[in-house]
Amino acid sequence: MKEIDKQDVQTIIDRYAVKNVYLHLETTNGAYASHFDQSFFSASAYIRNASVSYKQGKIQGQGPYRVGLELEIGWIYAEGLTHYVINENDEFILMGLNYEGKIAVTLQLSEQPFQHN
Amino acid sequence: MYDERHVLVIFPHPDDEAYGVSGTIAGQIAKGTPVTYACLTLGEMGRNVGNPPIATRESLREIRKRELFEAAESMGLEDLRMLGYRDKTLEFLDDGVLKQLVLNLIDELNPSVVISFYPEHGVHPDHDATSAAVRDALAKIDSDKRPRFWGIAITKDNPEIEYSVKPFINQKISTIKAHDSQFGTMFREYEKRYLDGEQEVSERLENERFHVYSFDDE
Repeated sequence: MKEIDKQDVQTIIDRYAVKNVYLHLETTNGAYASHFDQSFFSASAYIRNASVSYKQGKIQGQGPYRVGLELEIGWIYAEGLTHYVINENDEFILMGLNYEGKIAVTLQLSEQPFQHN
Repeated sequence: MYDERHVLVIFPHPDDEAYGVSGTIAGQIAKGTPVTYACLTLGEMGRNVGNPPIATRESLREIRKRELFEAAESMGLEDLRMLGYRDKTLEFLDDGVLKQLVLNLIDELNPSVVISFYPEHGVHPDHDATSAAVRDALAKIDSDKRPRFWGIAITKDNPEIEYSVKPFINQKISTIKAHDSQFGTMFREYEKRYLDGEQEVSERLENERFHVYSFDDE
């Protein structure tokens, strides 16, 4: 995994377009956020193995980056992305690590379903 | 440390055992007590991936599994059960699934004490789902046959049980260090404070504390 190379990520986004792909999309502030700071409103969400196909998509920003993927009838969006990799299982993983190095957001695409249990 | 027939430890995440129970596990094993550690998930949805990052969301599962094996080795633990549920989903499982899992473990192992989180004082929803399952399972067992229930509480003071695990402190430190992706950065600083002899840190690490859960029919 390395810091985002905007041009390279755009090329990968183009490569996955129009195909049927599996999506993992997640934001998280951790289960302890409100415990450590009672004024903090804790909110997180994730979806794993949604089956989608996007027409086209872009990466924008100067880092941290935003990615938007245009569906036939909607959008996929993530902001705060900092790192990326295509791993040994050919999964395209974009992650946003916060200033402490912890996961804040992930957007992942794969032609095979992600591990599930 | 108490004499036990069999100690059953049940937590949702690899590393939940490290700070609060690993000295007890190592100590009981040293005494020859059979110990079983059932870990319900692999913590695959954790936010800590090392800094600089050594894991992705997808590789975290295997990394934490390796760390759990290493932790077990540090404690001398042979009976490690990985139950394969997904991190953050325990509270949403079908009613009674976890309770039955706990009942099956108790049936098989006949423990004299079950250690988990203390019900409703675990902060993390997986912690509270686990402790609720342990409580509900134990409540089904007749009081004369029921194992004791010791809980780790994050939001409750004055534990009834507190004892030293200092003879096993090296194993405890190795266990904490085994969970490098989760504690690496934080613990390096903490260990230094311990080795410098800081009173508060020694007191924290060298003792383990439990709240005893009392059932209505006791």
